[in-house]
Amino acid sequence: MTFSKTTRRGALTGISVAALALITPFAAYAEDVVKVGLILPMTGPSASTGRQISQAVALYQAMNGTKAGGKTVEVIVKDDTGVADVTKRLAQELIVNDKVSVLAGFGLTPLALATAPISTQAKVPQVVMAAATATITEASPYIVRTSFTLPQATVPAADLATKNGWKKVITLVSDYGPGIDAEKAFGAQFTANGGTVAAALRVPLKNPDFAPFLQRVADEKPDALFVFVPSGFGALVIKQFVERGLDKSGVKLFGTGDLPDDDQLDGMGDVVIGLISTHHYSAAHPSPENKAFVDAYVKANPGQRPNFMAVGGYDGMAAIYKALEKTKGDADGTKLVEAMKGLAWVSPRGPMSIDPETRDVIQNIYVRKVEKVDGHLWNIESEAFEKVKDPVKAAKMKK
Amino acid sequence: MLTILFDGISTGMLLFVLACGLAVTLGLMNFVNLAHGAFAMVGGYVTVIAMQRFGVPFLATLPLAFLIAAAIGLVLERTLYVHLYGRSHLDQVMFSIGLVFMAMAGMDWFMGSSPQNVILPEALKGRFDFAGIGIGRYRLFLVVICGILAVALQLTLSKTRFGSRLRAAVDDQRVARGLGIRVQTIFAATFAVGSGLAGLGGALGAEILGLDPSFPVKYMVFFLIVVTVGGTSSIVGPFLAALMLGIADVGSKYYVPELGSFVIYAVMIAVLIVRPNGLFARPGR
Repeated sequence: MTFSKTTRRGALTGISVAALALITPFAAYAEDVVKVGLILPMTGPSASTGRQISQAVALYQAMNGTKAGGKTVEVIVKDDTGVADVTKRLAQELIVNDKVSVLAGFGLTPLALATAPISTQAKVPQVVMAAATATITEASPYIVRTSFTLPQATVPAADLATKNGWKKVITLVSDYGPGIDAEKAFGAQFTANGGTVAAALRVPLKNPDFAPFLQRVADEKPDALFVFVPSGFGALVIKQFVERGLDKSGVKLFGTGDLPDDDQLDGMGDVVIGLISTHHYSAAHPSPENKAFVDAYVKANPGQRPNFMAVGGYDGMAAIYKALEKTKGDADGTKLVEAMKGLAWVSPRGPMSIDPETRDVIQNIYVRKVEKVDGHLWNIESEAFEKVKDPVKAAKMKK
Repeated sequence: MLTILFDGISTGMLLFVLACGLAVTLGLMNFVNLAHGAFAMVGGYVTVIAMQRFGVPFLATLPLAFLIAAAIGLVLERTLYVHLYGRSHLDQVMFSIGLVFMAMAGMDWFMGSSPQNVILPEALKGRFDFAGIGIGRYRLFLVVICGILAVALQLTLSKTRFGSRLRAAVDDQRVARGLGIRVQTIFAATFAVGSGLAGLGGALGAEILGLDPSFPVKYMVFFLIVVTVGGTSSIVGPFLAALMLGIADVGSKYYVPELGSFVIYAVMIAVLIVRPNGLFARPGR
């Protein structure tokens, strides 16, 4: 019996050695790969966000190769359908099972916030490519943002209104988190500039008709109307604004770039021509970097146009690549986040950098106007507010 | 003031067209069809696709929206709904809500989740002043179309042979069948027309309500309110209920925007406390 046991053990040893020999090349291979877990809403109401970002991420790899800092960057895309619980579960699975070194994506604020504790615990960088609530970067020291913050785009809108000599403005926002953020950020800045917010109107999300709100605007006769509604509803508001004859009665309509979203702008019709907005990215941004980006995007995805979501995804990849170059391929989470702090580069949107203090994006906010060029509608940029930091965190720093 | 009233009426009229098909299936056929909004969505998308892909003018897409939604309604009625007429209301609710989710996911797959835009012909854009009231051209168009529909429906149901046969078939299927009324055909036709009206409503409403795959769920509550408040005995009930809701909703959002969409629910509760079967209840039911 002892004898046979020994042989069996011997056989087992033999097998495990063979197995090890088989595994080792894979292990060596795994060390050369840095995995990025990209969690996006690929289906559901926010699917357009997921589509834009995933296409931009794929494009970044197609244009810049898959190597960074001597490592091969592998992207794993997961669909969270826009539900925070799912995002959190996927983040856990990606870290534990797939051993990703970076989490990225996050289409909506609750999705980014749900994942924050996980990235803190696992010490894995969380690159936020879309969600725009100011406070997100405070939720974890591992969060780095490459999109924008809503106040970052809204405060310049208030400054623009003051600069154009508009004294009395009405704000009209959808009654949900980002809408209220926009209302507050705009109101605070505009009042501080000496302007008057004549009325702050909040429209319920499930609302059959903008008519009563716009009639209020017509009766109040303000100099301008600031609008923030979820992506896609912009066209409705603008149409009804024009239908009511508000454009002819001299009320200016303006908002953040969410209103004339590049993804849908061309289908909105000529009513949007002349619409003024402030935002960090326009697909019509005049720079060689942007031309290369837009051309490649349109070539890879015929019939589509990149919007600010896409550029957030593209720059998220840029941040990851540049951080890996800096650490010479070391994918340790803490080192990667340290490397991302203070990174600066020229993005398709223009110059941008990662604030070393807040890990949030610092970028130019452009004033744009919708114009028809070669039969298509574009947001044409005229002037820029340079190197805008997130105003909410900037105000906290001062205190 | 009067402009607000007019806006309210036009919103109400639009709600009526969207919901009257439901009033017919729920009220007359006694079938709880929560998938009603899905037919409206189909109508809206028919208009969008016909305009964007095939360049059909807006007005010509309206009959198309009606016909295609009606055809889909007819097919589904013959293949699926027909099995559920005799079943409990819970079964009907479960079945039709399932259909809603399938329709939403399907539309998302085919058309993408982003909202669609309808571009109106120039003649329907803008507004004019009439005796000091600002009237949107498209809204006036809505009021006229919906008004005609309401009258036509009421006359069909109360004055024509088809209407009396339908009422007979609903009141007592067995007797109606005994009298030689082809109940199945009548139900199928009614269901198809109801779906078609929803499709027309969706097409007309795309300009004001917007259109995306979540449409059926987003506005389901409004359709149900119209039907419950209006009662299910006639077309007049839902018509008045829709007008009332439209005016109350637009008016309250204008005068007390802080209350937002709360007011219409308050109105619904008040009406249902006073008249639990709606404004115009069918006697003896």
